Amino acid sequence: MSEITTQIEARFLELGVKVETSEIEAKLDQLINMFKVPPEEARRNVINYFLKKYNIPKSEFFIPRETPQVKASDIKEDGKWVTLRGKVVQLWESNSESISQAGLFGDESGTIKFTKWTKSNLPNVEEGKNYLFKNVTTSEYQGQFSIKLNKTSEIIPIAENIEVGTTLTEFTGAIVDVQSGSGLIKRCPECNRALVKGACGEHGKVEGVYDLRIKAVLDDGEKVQDILMNREITEGFTGITLDKAKEMATEALDQGVVLDVIKNKLVGRYYVVAGKKLDRFILVDSIKLDIKPIEEDIARILAVTAAPVAMEA
Amino acid sequence: MAENGSGYVREVAHRVFAAELKESNLQTKEGQDEQYPKQYLITPTGAKCNRIFIVGTLTETENVGTDSDFWRGRIVDPTGAFYVTAGQYQPEAAQVLAKTAPPEFIAVIGKPTIFTTKDGNVLTSIRAESIHVVDAATRDRWVIETANLTAKRIARLQGNEPDAVKAREHYSTDVEQYKAMVEMAVESMRAQ
Repeated sequence: MSEITTQIEARFLELGVKVETSEIEAKLDQLINMFKVPPEEARRNVINYFLKKYNIPKSEFFIPRETPQVKASDIKEDGKWVTLRGKVVQLWESNSESISQAGLFGDESGTIKFTKWTKSNLPNVEEGKNYLFKNVTTSEYQGQFSIKLNKTSEIIPIAENIEVGTTLTEFTGAIVDVQSGSGLIKRCPECNRALVKGACGEHGKVEGVYDLRIKAVLDDGEKVQDILMNREITEGFTGITLDKAKEMATEALDQGVVLDVIKNKLVGRYYVVAGKKLDRFILVDSIKLDIKPIEEDIARILAVTAAPVAMEA
Repeated sequence: MAENGSGYVREVAHRVFAAELKESNLQTKEGQDEQYPKQYLITPTGAKCNRIFIVGTLTETENVGTDSDFWRGRIVDPTGAFYVTAGQYQPEAAQVLAKTAPPEFIAVIGKPTIFTTKDGNVLTSIRAESIHVVDAATRDRWVIETANLTAKRIARLQGNEPDAVKAREHYSTDVEQYKAMVEMAVESMRAQ
């Protein structure tokens, strides 16, 4: 709360108005603690009160600072100023002195990486807590987008609990590849990474734990989409349980047989998948054969070919 | 979309009918890598293919290799036939051609290649990355999808997209001919 107070005070000072700290504090206290107004709403209310009191037009107060509020999945351009509302899903260990915190920030549409510069002097955020990230910049590195919190950014805790990334993405296409590292695999018991030739990238040679998964590529002739199926989905979809897969591997003396069976079942066929988008993958929640009737398509295509080709400019 | 940290982008598998692939002979090379540039085949309706996906009926297979196995299969769609090859570097695909008794519905993902015979004929074929036996429903879906995507390309052929322009200039594409091909493929589905 004291943070909101200083922000409001500072902002009014910039406009040449000295508002008493105690006055702001009292108003906020009343709204937040007595009337249970969420801090963000209280802040808005207090600001509006003082704007009216000192006769400052709203446009003057807000325009220079307000940046459009966007969803994580809408961020598709480098170097834009935006505001996001979401939850800190994950914090990563920062490996650089110039970065005070880094991690994943998520809203209903998905997640995005965030970086908070040490120089920004912003308060630390906590995993699992919800915030309004105001005035942050977008940036792009090798096709991946992230947001950066700088000196002019604000972190405003919000009371609302935001459900992260529950919107499902759907994709229809043919499976054109099942990638190595699919089927029966072993994972590192320490960090859950998939083992490569019995060794973990982090912990070296370890006694792996068996798991089933499928990494595949869907293709609709215009775009490709990577999909990832966990053990539960893989078992349900292929009818091969983890135990069955182990049995098959033992019988054939080869872990690869499971992958072969999966490939033969999947590759070249049309599927509709739905799931959460994560990075370049769709984490599959449901997958089924595409059995949409084709009669409609027949009629539609014939209508298109019958029409004269339009001249485009 | 399918881009990972190394900047690698997986090529889309284009859908092209046999009659269109047969007429394709415009190759381009692209990419930063000078030694191994990416090869593309631009088709008469302007599909720029590094990879294609076909489903059809396997009607013939033959081992044409001399020293090692080199399998060739003929795969038929409503408009004509594709030749698909798989040699020692595509062992899984070669195995499928070796084991499958035609006729059978089959799906192929592979790279389109062209070569010129001694008497100057240009032949197109598909070097298989993977071959799988599928069912009739998958084959029907492919025909409709390919008709749809081809119709879309035909509509774009008059536009200014670079691939469309290249295709138009190289082939002087007869739009009516390809529209008729799409119609014929779709009508063949209706007759069933």
